[in-house]
Amino acid sequence: MIAEAVRRSPFAGYAERFAALSEATGGELTIRVLPFATQLNLRMDPKNLSLVQRISEVLGFGLPVTPNTVGAKGDRRALWLGPDEWLAVGPDGQQDELTQALTSAFNGALGSVTDVSANRTLLEIRGAKARELLAHGLAIDLDPRLFGPGRCAQTLLAKAQVIVERRDESGFVIYVRASFAAYVATWLLDALAE
Amino acid sequence: MLIPCPWCGEREDNEFTYGGPAQVAYPSDPEAADDASWARYVFFRANPKGKLAERWVHSAGCRRWFNVVRDTVTHQITPA
Repeated sequence: MIAEAVRRSPFAGYAERFAALSEATGGELTIRVLPFATQLNLRMDPKNLSLVQRISEVLGFGLPVTPNTVGAKGDRRALWLGPDEWLAVGPDGQQDELTQALTSAFNGALGSVTDVSANRTLLEIRGAKARELLAHGLAIDLDPRLFGPGRCAQTLLAKAQVIVERRDESGFVIYVRASFAAYVATWLLDALAE
Repeated sequence: MLIPCPWCGEREDNEFTYGGPAQVAYPSDPEAADDASWARYVFFRANPKGKLAERWVHSAGCRRWFNVVRDTVTHQITPA
């Protein structure tokens, strides 16, 4: 018998409990496990302007060079992770294609593209109460004046290191390391009760 | 305590890891340094009461190293 390799989201066991709680809040808060995504770690020198230009052309939007901001167009986005580090995110299945396109855009310049799709798993937290829920475990100020749409931050949610991205006024996406998913899920369910 | 990361701005201290005092000079001629001067370089620190230049890394954030000057009495931080 040949065992079939099945990909399973680290949040898979919690999807139903999230759905039930979302219903119980009457739409004020929905937590949704997002499908697998292409995630590539990109490292390069942002001072090389022609390289930034070439990478931006591959992505389809300008690479965000301001700390803790997100560039996005359509279903593709790039999150600033460090002064020479980004996370490119896209729909699942584009790993090889996007890696190849970005690598060839280097055109000899120093840098790296690494597939980290299995590193983090995505969770969407949306609704009028989303900010209040996250504020239970995030030390950063989520006020839209400081952390509005198009902003992201790497910080601690409770005790787990996460990337928080604000998609719009009431929607956040958190990128959680796979091994911390169970901890974050149970923490969120516990914080929901408060 | 809030620590100003030069990239991410002020964040809580639990996002950071301490890297010890900054500006500790590496022996200028390491080949010639004897055990006593190596010990002094590796283990001996000023431990002042007052302003101290320190290394910190924003380990839960952008993972970049930087220097700050922290007052060991008041914890008041000024960028290095």
